[in-house]
Amino acid sequence: MIKVVRSAVIDAPIERVWSVLRDFNSHTAWHPVVAESHIERDEPSDQVGCVRNFTLRDGHQIREQLLTLSDRDHVSTYCILDATLPMRRYVATVTLKPVTDGNRTFWHWESTFDVPRGREREFADLVGNGVYEGGFAGFRAYLRRPTVATGGRAAARPAHAMSTHGVVVSRFGGPEVLVSAELTAPAPGRGDVRVRHTAIGVNYIDIYVRRGEYRMLEPPAVPGMEAAGIVLDVGEGVAHLLPGDRVGYACTPPGAYCGVRTLAADAVVALPDDIDDESAAALMLKGMTAEYLLHRTHRLRAGETVLVHAAAGGVGLLLCCWAKAIGARVVGTVGSDDKARLAREHGADAVIVATGGRFADAVRDATGGHGADVIYDGLGAPARDENLAALAMCGHWVAYGQAGGAHGALDPGVLAERSLTLSRPVLFHYTAERAQLEAIARNTFDALRRGFLRLSIRHRYALAAAADAHRELEARRTTGQLVLMP
Amino acid sequence: MIKVYTSSVIDASAEAVWAHVRDFNRLPQWTPFVADSRIEGGQPADKIGCVRNFRLKDGGVIREQLLALSDYDFQCTYSILESPMGVANYVATLKLTPVTDGTRTFAEWWAEFDCAPEREGELAQQIGQGVFQAGFDALKAAFRR
Repeated sequence: MIKVVRSAVIDAPIERVWSVLRDFNSHTAWHPVVAESHIERDEPSDQVGCVRNFTLRDGHQIREQLLTLSDRDHVSTYCILDATLPMRRYVATVTLKPVTDGNRTFWHWESTFDVPRGREREFADLVGNGVYEGGFAGFRAYLRRPTVATGGRAAARPAHAMSTHGVVVSRFGGPEVLVSAELTAPAPGRGDVRVRHTAIGVNYIDIYVRRGEYRMLEPPAVPGMEAAGIVLDVGEGVAHLLPGDRVGYACTPPGAYCGVRTLAADAVVALPDDIDDESAAALMLKGMTAEYLLHRTHRLRAGETVLVHAAAGGVGLLLCCWAKAIGARVVGTVGSDDKARLAREHGADAVIVATGGRFADAVRDATGGHGADVIYDGLGAPARDENLAALAMCGHWVAYGQAGGAHGALDPGVLAERSLTLSRPVLFHYTAERAQLEAIARNTFDALRRGFLRLSIRHRYALAAAADAHRELEARRTTGQLVLMP
Repeated sequence: MIKVYTSSVIDASAEAVWAHVRDFNRLPQWTPFVADSRIEGGQPADKIGCVRNFRLKDGGVIREQLLALSDYDFQCTYSILESPMGVANYVATLKLTPVTDGTRTFAEWWAEFDCAPEREGELAQQIGQGVFQAGFDALKAAFRR
């Protein structure tokens, strides 16, 4: 049995290093000898038991299985299942420990394995030098990789307030209250990060906020719940981000409609390399909403019937295609034939053009009288009676928004008629804990990667034209996702 | 029970650092805060169970017992028998691990102990920074390349 041990000190906080290494398929991004890699059977790449199947630059093929993964101890163990190399009983362990003196990371990598007699030295060198030491060097290069917007990590470290431009809600009201303004992004304090936005998502909640229906800000103040960008600098105590990282967020309080923003780093996640900024800005809030609605508020199962209101809207399209990928039967409601076509393209099995606000009978017709097992409803009060009538026995009405008006009081007695369940969920409660946020974001990016989510960004506006974006969204003239470009 | 964990990187091989810290009676020679030290009962300083009785430069006297010592793993574990710090069930470990990339040493020093709840923050600071980090700083100075 050969034992190989290598260790190194990485100049980054342990949370940053672990956030990459815990992903069993991340080695394609940072290991110089890995040419291509994928996780078999589409399993999550942090699930114990998953298998990575990869090709080395020299042509060798290896399948490795993840045996243990501990986020608490920062340890993962894996073994080779088969390889075109003559290695047997290969079991390796990666252990990270914090260097508290300097906020760096100690990375310990060791393995034991057998090879044919006489080739021990050759393989000890291959694994120790080629794989482990080569991996350390590759990982360091990966952390230093230059980014487009800053031209490199060293370029941006202003420790003072920066002036920037943005759009503010000057008073509560219509789209015209959105006006351009010069703003200041303060240097990040403890726990903060300062981000240069590259794309900003527009959501219906921004309209509620602008109108003063959700009192999440007091004018004059910057609205906006989600954006993507590049980290300029981080405050003390921020361990999971570095200047130059590409990031995205969807969080309260509002404040995204601006060029540079300083905000709590806890809400911000590093973007995977294969998720571009515009997609992230369009996806963070709406995609994470779809994630928790389909997996947490209601655990959707194959075979269930789903009714999606505003099925051609920003969240609606994502709900349709993800629900379809889960194996549900998807019925949508929309306001026009064009929108019906779009919803169908995104996986809706049946689409109801509900111009008069009536849809319950059509839902019964489309489901052989069964009704909807779950309704994803962003409409609110106007659709209430129709929703109750459209639900199947023991159905679940998930009221996640109120585009048509606030929900009034509801007598629990009406739920008893068919043992119905009503949920009134809010994304930010599901993402309040960092571990939950990371899991929801990871699943959302993964769903995009695997085609379960399809983005349809058809509307791009300059940041200064945010009022136009609101006008179009409120007039229901848009489909898919809207993005502001700072 | 609280745990205090401090770690650092020393610019020398683990063998060299271990030779510097392994002697349980050698605190006055390598830490900045110990005035003098002796092993009770004339026992060898690497005998498991031996007790070091040392005086801090601020005058406090501490008695610590060696619980484990491994030249293979470069680590030693000891407990506090008596001290003016107001801690109970105090067990600490000093462990060195070679960093193969550059002949350096990853040094860890941690302790678990009980104390009055309102003193946890102060003691964590005093032990983590005042003792462990101060020890590491002295090692880094001794092995500065």
